[in-house]
Amino acid sequence: MGNNKISLLVGGEAGAGITRSGFLFAKTCLRGGLYVFGANDYQSLIRGGHNFYTVRADKEMVYSQSDTVDVLLALNKETILFHKHELVSGAGIIYDGDQIELTDEELERDDIRLYHVPLRKIVKELDGPQIMENTVALGAAIALLDYELELLNEVLIDTFKTKIAELNIKAAKKGFNYTREHYGNSFGYKFQIKSSAGKKRIFLTGNEAIGLGALKAGCKFYAAYPMTPATPILHFLAPLERKYKMVVIQTENEIAAINMVAGASFAGVRSMTATSGGGFCLMSEGLGMIGMTETSPVIVLVQRPGPSTGLPTYSAQGDLRFAIHASQGEFPRVLIAPGDVEECFYYTVEAFNLAEKFQIPSLIILDKYLAESHGTAEAFDQNRIGIDRGKLIIRDEYIGEEEYKRHKFTEDGVSPRAMPGMKGAIVRTNADEHNELGYTNEDPLVTTKMTDKRFKKLNVLNKELEKFETIKFYGPEEADATIIGWGSTKGPIREAVKILSNEDIAVNYLQILYLHPFPTDKVKKILQSAKKTIVVENNKTSQLSSLIREHLLTTVDHKILKYDGRPFNPKALSKSIKEVL
Amino acid sequence: MVTLEDLKTTKTNTWCPGCGNFGILMAFKKALIELDIAREEAVLVSGIGCHGKMVNYVNINGFHGIHGRVLPLAMGIKLANPKLNVVGFAGDADQYNEGWSHFAHAVRMNIDMILIVHDNMVLGLTTGQATSTSQQGFKSKSTPFGVIPPMLNPLAHALVSNGTFVARGFSGDMFHLKNLIVEAIKHRGFAFIDVFQPCVTFNYLNTYDWFRQRVYKLEEENHDVTDRRKALDKAFEWGERIPIGIFYKKERSTYRDNLPNLKDAPLTEMPAEPVDITSTINEMM
Repeated sequence: MGNNKISLLVGGEAGAGITRSGFLFAKTCLRGGLYVFGANDYQSLIRGGHNFYTVRADKEMVYSQSDTVDVLLALNKETILFHKHELVSGAGIIYDGDQIELTDEELERDDIRLYHVPLRKIVKELDGPQIMENTVALGAAIALLDYELELLNEVLIDTFKTKIAELNIKAAKKGFNYTREHYGNSFGYKFQIKSSAGKKRIFLTGNEAIGLGALKAGCKFYAAYPMTPATPILHFLAPLERKYKMVVIQTENEIAAINMVAGASFAGVRSMTATSGGGFCLMSEGLGMIGMTETSPVIVLVQRPGPSTGLPTYSAQGDLRFAIHASQGEFPRVLIAPGDVEECFYYTVEAFNLAEKFQIPSLIILDKYLAESHGTAEAFDQNRIGIDRGKLIIRDEYIGEEEYKRHKFTEDGVSPRAMPGMKGAIVRTNADEHNELGYTNEDPLVTTKMTDKRFKKLNVLNKELEKFETIKFYGPEEADATIIGWGSTKGPIREAVKILSNEDIAVNYLQILYLHPFPTDKVKKILQSAKKTIVVENNKTSQLSSLIREHLLTTVDHKILKYDGRPFNPKALSKSIKEVL
Repeated sequence: MVTLEDLKTTKTNTWCPGCGNFGILMAFKKALIELDIAREEAVLVSGIGCHGKMVNYVNINGFHGIHGRVLPLAMGIKLANPKLNVVGFAGDADQYNEGWSHFAHAVRMNIDMILIVHDNMVLGLTTGQATSTSQQGFKSKSTPFGVIPPMLNPLAHALVSNGTFVARGFSGDMFHLKNLIVEAIKHRGFAFIDVFQPCVTFNYLNTYDWFRQRVYKLEEENHDVTDRRKALDKAFEWGERIPIGIFYKKERSTYRDNLPNLKDAPLTEMPAEPVDITSTINEMM
């Protein structure tokens, strides 16, 4: 705890608007010029249960949630009982004492400040819906932190329709005034607007960043079937369908989705689908068809813990090997794992470009933690984005010395791609092994040649990727150990590295963004000078370690693995790292 | 003018002599010629099974997909480029077994395309097992004691799923089938034709003769194609007399009619350049 540095947790039943409340508070911090990270935790149910959303705000960049809580907005008693041991000494609990009876024995803590605010009574006075208790609590939190209520009001205006916003503004003000009157600035917290305040930075989830990346890349066709935690991409794109002149379609199942995006891609349109593990199982056959027919949609796999249905609303990194190997037979693909919202955006554009340039499926893998957590980023730099559609022929008529061949043998394995409908070109492709014209062919020589053609693309892709940021390395150069990770562990790892550095322990961090093809040379170069290697992953079998073993013939020194459905917390992670140093 | 010669391919046909598929192949080619559809403007999508080889035998754009998935694949193509004439060919096992889940949805979505199901009431390419349209009691390699459940009724399903063009043809009557395909292509919306197509190798029961003795043409009996209840009655007619022809036909808005943002140009004609997303980014501030 300190000035302009806070971890706030809002908790309550499912259906009580917990995520929305957390988001509103987070955005209020953002508008004041702070960096914010927001993570939600909810169960696979619609009413009841226990949901919470944590907001961490800081004047410096924040990469993940914190291990501890400074302010607890408890909309029910369970929230207090569930989180009391996460509270720092001197933390405050805002709760409705009229509704929640809490004994000292139940609280078990005598170093916590309790702030009763009559949430329900205030809402009743305003004749508002019960869900507005959240907004009253938000107003109370703003008062406790000595922050600007006006910032919250602006966020409410931007979020709700006018009438509802007005009512919420009143509710927030009542909560704010009550807290000011009864508790003054007893909490001793100072939250001040920074010079960077205003609408400058963006606050968004990994899913939204992927959706934005797809829009930017000119994706015109999105087909998907709802599956947590990938559904928000559908929710993000569906209302934008008309604005961006695209087709967004909810199919009858994931099999339809993958085949539809394959069809759209064949027709010449950039297309994408997203799902989680179960849906990706259903897509596997279609994925192989895309590899065989050299079509180029982008497929997003948002992981959750398995096997099978597992924990539908929680996070894991157990599908890495599955994404690399899914579908029968052998064909080239690219697998990219962004680690934060910024990477979700830029690497999605890259995925579209590579898919079309090499006429292969591009896979983006992330997990619930990255997909549904909100992170802060500078507004994306649209000037950095280029579109590369590779050998797509954009003309009205095909002019060639010979008949158009969709699967023509070429030096780099990539065939010129005509869109069906182009005069003078018959575009034919085939899930069966085929010849250059796309006709079914089972000849052994053609089979070998066609397989080689497809894999030639992988060689060229590998060369091309040398120029790409397939890994990222975060110093210091000289360190006692090198942490290796992929995907969403990036946030907690960067925080843990910072914590250790404050304790004068130097560790550096290698983030692998391209898992397939594996950036062997680049990883080798970093690991050569590593004193000790530690893989950090949210899975049981350390699939990244096995990839490193496979490609580098080295065994990593230590593995820190967590497979309880929850992300790493930075402080706890830093301790685990220290234990193996 | 497109000719039979134009539509010919260099691939050797591998269907059994006398296969019911030949009638469908010729009827389709003749329909393309009659409507003078340029080769480049038509796309043939096929699934897995003997019918799937259609893609090798018609020299137009083609996508030979995987088992059961003709419909979503074809719908993706059509949504991306509505200027194309997209014709899906599926087998009875392909569409009514493996791909059954897509059928009702395609029918109700009413995307402007055609589905022709080669219905020989048996799995041919896997050497003779029962399918969902095999008759009750039909003995096959997989059902040596006879098929237990009653056969599935694809026409009735299409009708109750709000189909806008529901028809049945017989590959033994190529001219009649050609006319059905012509009408299907002209229809604005999803046109479905189930085609009786005798498998001369694995279906000993439903032979050319078996069908010839039973089929009669709805148009010859003053069937009202706008009456869905009557169409449904006809769809349940089975036994001594089996109707072929158009059962039901009615226009309603297509899926694309409800996408006003796409009125001006197909997705495929939109410029390939980075899209300005500033306003959407700003909403996240």
